[in-house]
Amino acid sequence: MRRKGDTVLFDRPPRAAAWAAVGGKKESEGPLADAFDLLLTDASCGEKSWEKAESDFARYTLEAALKKGGLSAAELDGVFAGDLEFQCTASAYAMRGFDVPYLGLYGACSTMAEGVGLAACMVEGGAMRRAAAMASSHFCAAERQFRTPLMYGGKRTPTAQWTVTGAGALVLDAAPGGPRVQAVTFGRVRDYNVTDINNMGAAMAPAACETILNYLADTGRTPEDFDAVYTGDLGLVGSRLLAQLLEREGVRLPNHQDCGLLVYSVDSQNVQAGGSGAGCSAAVLCCHVLPLLAEGQLRRVLFLSTGALMSQTTFLQGESIPGIAHLLELSSGEEGQ
Amino acid sequence: MKMDNQTYDEMRKKASPPSPVVRDCLWAFFVGGAICCAGEGLGTLYRALGFTLTDAGTLTSATLVALSGLFTALGWYQKLAAKAGAGTLVPITGFANAVVSPAIEFRSEGLVPGVGAKMFIIAGPVIVYGMLASVAWGVLYHVLRPWIGG
Repeated sequence: MRRKGDTVLFDRPPRAAAWAAVGGKKESEGPLADAFDLLLTDASCGEKSWEKAESDFARYTLEAALKKGGLSAAELDGVFAGDLEFQCTASAYAMRGFDVPYLGLYGACSTMAEGVGLAACMVEGGAMRRAAAMASSHFCAAERQFRTPLMYGGKRTPTAQWTVTGAGALVLDAAPGGPRVQAVTFGRVRDYNVTDINNMGAAMAPAACETILNYLADTGRTPEDFDAVYTGDLGLVGSRLLAQLLEREGVRLPNHQDCGLLVYSVDSQNVQAGGSGAGCSAAVLCCHVLPLLAEGQLRRVLFLSTGALMSQTTFLQGESIPGIAHLLELSSGEEGQ
Repeated sequence: MKMDNQTYDEMRKKASPPSPVVRDCLWAFFVGGAICCAGEGLGTLYRALGFTLTDAGTLTSATLVALSGLFTALGWYQKLAAKAGAGTLVPITGFANAVVSPAIEFRSEGLVPGVGAKMFIIAGPVIVYGMLASVAWGVLYHVLRPWIGG
């Protein structure tokens, strides 16, 4: 493990041993529907609260990942997980059902890349033999916490994004074969004074731009070295801004894709500027990116999860929205080192 | 990355699609107008049934509020409002929706700290400042009365 600037490069890149993604009803109507391991069209999961439902989503996701990898929870040395609820309760309550060391994270929608990055460091450093990263979000739980009650008659602006109901979980180990985490660049908080809670893509785009620039500077690589560069949930507006920001720095990103635009069909699903939420990049990583890497259809990609780190309180107090983005460099199994 | 907030603000404005104002206004006009027409219809109906003008007005408001509560609970009001915007927000039905929707949402926190405490989380400010405005106007009216008559 070596560090160059903000980037940690792995000498023995940890392997993605197993992964799973679970989605809800709207996700089941989206372009990636067939890729999910499990689709739960009842958003409440039969529970009395949306918070309990989100915990169920997280639990099912980790269970599915373990099952796919032929693993038991006891074989994990740690789980890095987070979500959007106050005090990260969706993850903590889900972890009541697993007898595994739990490390709660709050990175808003950037949680998945943060968790995978930390898990990879732990596995390569030998502190954990096998570690999982997981992130979840739930449209209904997020709406009542950050915006208005579900049944409230409000109008969404064209820049608003739709919180993904879903979760993704990834188990890393040090064994050979399979997609690998080659490097991670942990992001820095960036705030360009965006105060519109309905335009979070714009709040996060500068952070994503800067993390990408840091990674490229640290490694000497160019975007053309990668089959794709995925961002978490910049949506239509944030993606547009990312391209413009990078262009100002002389970097073109021809192979950019955004998880928030992959998970929904923006034209027909009435999601305004695209998907968002901690579960957005987590689910797309586990149902789309990792399978393509495993099949060898993609050889080397950059994957960023982007987060908007405000709360309802800071928003009401008129504070601007700090953005963050963590980056993973992922490779297919074939390439090895 | 070197950039000041102002430059980014300009970039953000250019990159963000504006709301379709004409379409939004048409939706608001026709849906809001339809709700008001329904109110007129109800008022006429109640008067035809023999109620006084004041009673018919009260009954009309009560009926619209009850219907809005029902449609909110069924999930219909929010679907219409997603298109109609101010058309569903401004009439009395919007106020009813603003009370009923948190009452439904916060059931999970119990009847007192949930439904009871959160029911007016959206409509509360309207009541507070509505009453404050009426008191302020009352005082002003008292002072102006010798000059404007009444």
